[in-house]
Amino acid sequence: MGIEGIGARVQRKEDKRFITGKGRYTDDMVVPGMKHAAFVRSPHAHAKIAGIDASAAEGMPGVIAVLNGKQLTDDGIGNLICGWMIHSKDGSPMNMGAWRPLADSTVRYVGDAVAIVVADTRSQARDAADAVVVDYEELPAIVDPVKALQDGAPQLHPEAKGNLIYDWEIGDGAATDKAIAEAAHVTELKIINNRLVPNPMEPRAALGHYDEAEDHYTCWTTSQNPHVARLVMSAFYNVAPENKLRVIAPDVGGGFGSKIYIYPEEIVCLWASKRTGVPVKWVCDRTEAFLTDAHGRDHVSTVKLAFDANNIVTGMKVDTIANLGAYMSLFSSSVPTYLYATLLSGQYNIPAIHANVRTVYTNTTPVDAYRGAGRPEATYLVERVMETAARELGVSPAELRRKNFVREFPHQTPVIMCYDAGDYDASLKAAMEAADYDGFPARRKEAESKGKKRGIGMSCYIEACGIAPSQAVGSLGAGVGLWESAEVRVNAVGTIEVLTGSHSHGQGHETTFAQLVAERFGVGLDSVSIVHGDTDKVQMGMGTYGSRSGAVGMSAIAKALDKVETKAKKIAAHLLEADEGDIVIENGELKVAGTDKTLPWFQMALAAYTAHNLPDGMEPGLKEGAFYDPSNFTFPAGCYICEVEVDPDTGKTEIIQFVAADDFGNIINPMIVEGQVHGGIAQGVGQAMLEAAHYDAETGQLITASYMDYTMPRADDLPSFQVSHQNTPCPGNPLGIKGCGEAGAIGSPPAVINAITDAIGTNKLDMPATPEKVWALLHSH
Amino acid sequence: MYATTYHKAKTVDEAVKLVGQSESGKFLSGGMSLLPTMKQRLAAPSDLVDLRHIPEMKGISVSGSEVKIGGAATHYEIKESAELAKACYGLHSMASVLGDPQVRYMGTIGGSLANNDPAADYPAAMLALDATIHTNARTLKASEFFAGLLETALEDDEIVTAVSFTAPEKSGYEKFRNPASRYAMCGVFVAKTGSEVRVGVTGAGADGVFSWDEAASALSSNFSADAIKDLAVDPGELLSDLHGSSEYRANLVKVMAKRAVESAR
Ligand SMILES: Cc1cc2nc3c(=O)[nH]c(=O)nc-3n(C[C@H](O)[C@H](O)[C@H](O)COP(=O)(O)OP(=O)(O)OC[C@H]3O[C@@H](n4cnc5c(N)ncnc54)[C@H](O)[C@@H]3O)c2cc1C
Repeated sequence: MGIEGIGARVQRKEDKRFITGKGRYTDDMVVPGMKHAAFVRSPHAHAKIAGIDASAAEGMPGVIAVLNGKQLTDDGIGNLICGWMIHSKDGSPMNMGAWRPLADSTVRYVGDAVAIVVADTRSQARDAADAVVVDYEELPAIVDPVKALQDGAPQLHPEAKGNLIYDWEIGDGAATDKAIAEAAHVTELKIINNRLVPNPMEPRAALGHYDEAEDHYTCWTTSQNPHVARLVMSAFYNVAPENKLRVIAPDVGGGFGSKIYIYPEEIVCLWASKRTGVPVKWVCDRTEAFLTDAHGRDHVSTVKLAFDANNIVTGMKVDTIANLGAYMSLFSSSVPTYLYATLLSGQYNIPAIHANVRTVYTNTTPVDAYRGAGRPEATYLVERVMETAARELGVSPAELRRKNFVREFPHQTPVIMCYDAGDYDASLKAAMEAADYDGFPARRKEAESKGKKRGIGMSCYIEACGIAPSQAVGSLGAGVGLWESAEVRVNAVGTIEVLTGSHSHGQGHETTFAQLVAERFGVGLDSVSIVHGDTDKVQMGMGTYGSRSGAVGMSAIAKALDKVETKAKKIAAHLLEADEGDIVIENGELKVAGTDKTLPWFQMALAAYTAHNLPDGMEPGLKEGAFYDPSNFTFPAGCYICEVEVDPDTGKTEIIQFVAADDFGNIINPMIVEGQVHGGIAQGVGQAMLEAAHYDAETGQLITASYMDYTMPRADDLPSFQVSHQNTPCPGNPLGIKGCGEAGAIGSPPAVINAITDAIGTNKLDMPATPEKVWALLHSH
Repeated sequence: MYATTYHKAKTVDEAVKLVGQSESGKFLSGGMSLLPTMKQRLAAPSDLVDLRHIPEMKGISVSGSEVKIGGAATHYEIKESAELAKACYGLHSMASVLGDPQVRYMGTIGGSLANNDPAADYPAAMLALDATIHTNARTLKASEFFAGLLETALEDDEIVTAVSFTAPEKSGYEKFRNPASRYAMCGVFVAKTGSEVRVGVTGAGADGVFSWDEAASALSSNFSADAIKDLAVDPGELLSDLHGSSEYRANLVKVMAKRAVESAR
């Protein structure tokens, strides 16, 4: 590693502009003649639209147009779709209901868009939106996913009888039932995974610009994957063909999954721009974000874990009901199936697993992938039932886990995944040492003497990142391939541009991707620029989610760098009159090994472009592209330990320490990785102790629609984290990277809940562990 | 947010006049309660008349045991005043846990009292200190001023210009924060002067701030946490919401009261 290469703790190149307020976000984009949009949204969770009267609104100051769903339908704009086909266990395809970008006959959740107002200013648009009179005929609403499946529940979509989207299974049911029947001990638990609101710092936004002269659309939007947005808008939503639609995702202030999806607003802004002849900008406010950004999690499960007389796990049976909200968002179907149930084996040898998953429609905001996407739900279930089993069996939680760890790789689980590498003992040991696990009983005693209740809990998580091998996901129903692309352009003076299909919205790609290049050619970070987020600049790419930009995105860059390196060496060998195999690249120079003959990098680049003296038959220039399709998922894993102290008088829990010991494979920039872990744990602690979306059971109103009621984690809710790494390189990709973006959010919730339940002596605690809940449990037994 | 017209008043009289002349004007102090409601489009005043630059409404004075705080004093000024911390520890400690630094720099005691949010901190202090609320038109006892959730005795054109009280011998404030908003889920202010003790409770009452008289009388003969350990508040009189049932709040009232007595100085 050089001082700026792989493994160097360099500061983030992008931070100067972010910290000094010079980032350029969608809302900063201004084009001549631009006007402003506001959406008319349903105040009801479920209603028929009997009529829309826009006459008053149309006459208001500054109003250019009020457009509705019928006009959108007449113009041929298509339904929003879910791009991952799941079949029920009876072989039938999932029951997808229609999602109109602007509802034209029925609204199905509070916030469902009904009409768009375009006006000179944002205030005028909002005033006019308030004046649009929609005649709603209210229908009964259902928000609880379990009740939504019951007879007599209000029905959302004619396509989905009984609100059931699919009834899916994985694993061997008979073998699992047998293991449970023959078990020496079975631990059973009901697990609720609370619904979360993603809350990226930057709310969503879209600016649609139709250029009539060119018959061409440009869409600036807050996207984690602009090419996917263009593909979907062109192929399914009928906005415009790909060559006539440019999607730009400039600086994006966080996504956590919620900006993967293509939402109604960007489609409608593009369409409205054509209809009105003016560029149309919409910026989401925080209340709209609460109501309309795809939510995360929302599972209700039961789990049975079977053990033999030696405390070896023999089987696991899971039943899950997952709430997908009012409509199927872009990848919603895959989250509670292939991103969830395939991880139920955890870090353990489990010979038989069976999971049944039913997904349901309810009158709530659509649910889709949110940091971790399915893996937090799996980890929470596995690690809570493991800890509970240890308590029931009267053995140490660490010992029970150790006894069942996978130690031989590759390891084929009964639920598709094949783990390629890992060392679960190493992270468990490191975490226990860092937490002084053995010293806990003394600390508990000490706390008791002060009237406090201490608890300690652990979580040994595994997750699957680097999504994903295209053929594999295709066979499982994915509508797209999940490879990544890169193009490396060496300029005539030797500076380098990397065009990547990944998209950075907080991950620091401008730094880490440049470090990869710096490592390879020994050039300074400053001479490497990363270009992303614009479909007109960058070749087709799949974007950033599922902790894939390191393992997949950087692997594509590495492949392109290989090609550049080969050509550069050929040029150098020619100019230095040496053998190609003797050329080495070091510190920005190409050298003939074992001699003092060198060629500076920039001279090689210049030679490539002057083309005065290139090897026979070589094309001028130095620019190479690559597509990389991973051969497997990657499997980051680790052990998290949380120690808490509960105040029995108020039920308030304080986190005393939080230890994270992770195996992320090779690491490009430890500082950025630690930051990802910190942020992930903050969100995991948020889920465990603070955050929950609550809907009113009768009216379907989102009660927690602002920060007055939705508790985001703040700095003083969190301890100083102790983070370490016990890395085993990933054998599946050229860089040995596993991925680190989601681990913190995946591994931490069960560690927190295991600690609190340890402190208060019960296993019956659901997230979020609010002071009231903890107090009530303490005083109920 | 709707468009509005901003005015900076130089005197109390001018402020009253400006609001009187406007179509649907409102006084503006820190804006920490008013601006969020405007952003959510729940309020749409035609005019905002800023009170923060009116000299007669500024400052904190302590002379002997008499304390007077201007209506435009910010939470930060109240927290930082060494004189006030000495005269009334409870109020100093209350201002230290009110909101966050940004809110403390901007928000004012006058704005908070006029707003009378059921989860705001000051109302408990005002009741326990038996404070006098001064307006441009009259003076009122705290017990006459608060009139239920978000309601006060103020007229539309009435301004809280100052607050005054006699410094207690000892006072303390303990607050259990709502995890989301960080307002009081329950805040208890105790003040003791001689054998007279008052206990103000905010955040918990179904009708807003209230005096817990039973605790006050128990404490007046024995100013210790022990004195209230067997008392109970009736959950039937308390608020129940997403963050805490009335039973939980009843528990918090007692726990916070005990802690306020213990921390009182
Ligand atoms: C994030 C956040 C956290 C907060 N946390 C807390 C907390 O923990 N505890 C707490 O108590 N409060 C909290 N607050 C509220 C804060 O204390 C406000 O400052 C206060 O409630 C209102 O004061 P203001 O000066 O900002 O008034 P403004 O918002 O300007 O005005 C509020 C209302 O009072 C009227 N008004 C203003 N001044 C006067 C006056 N002098 N006379 C008559 N009418 C007037 C206005 O017309 C308006 O109706 C919080 C606020 C925020 C934004």
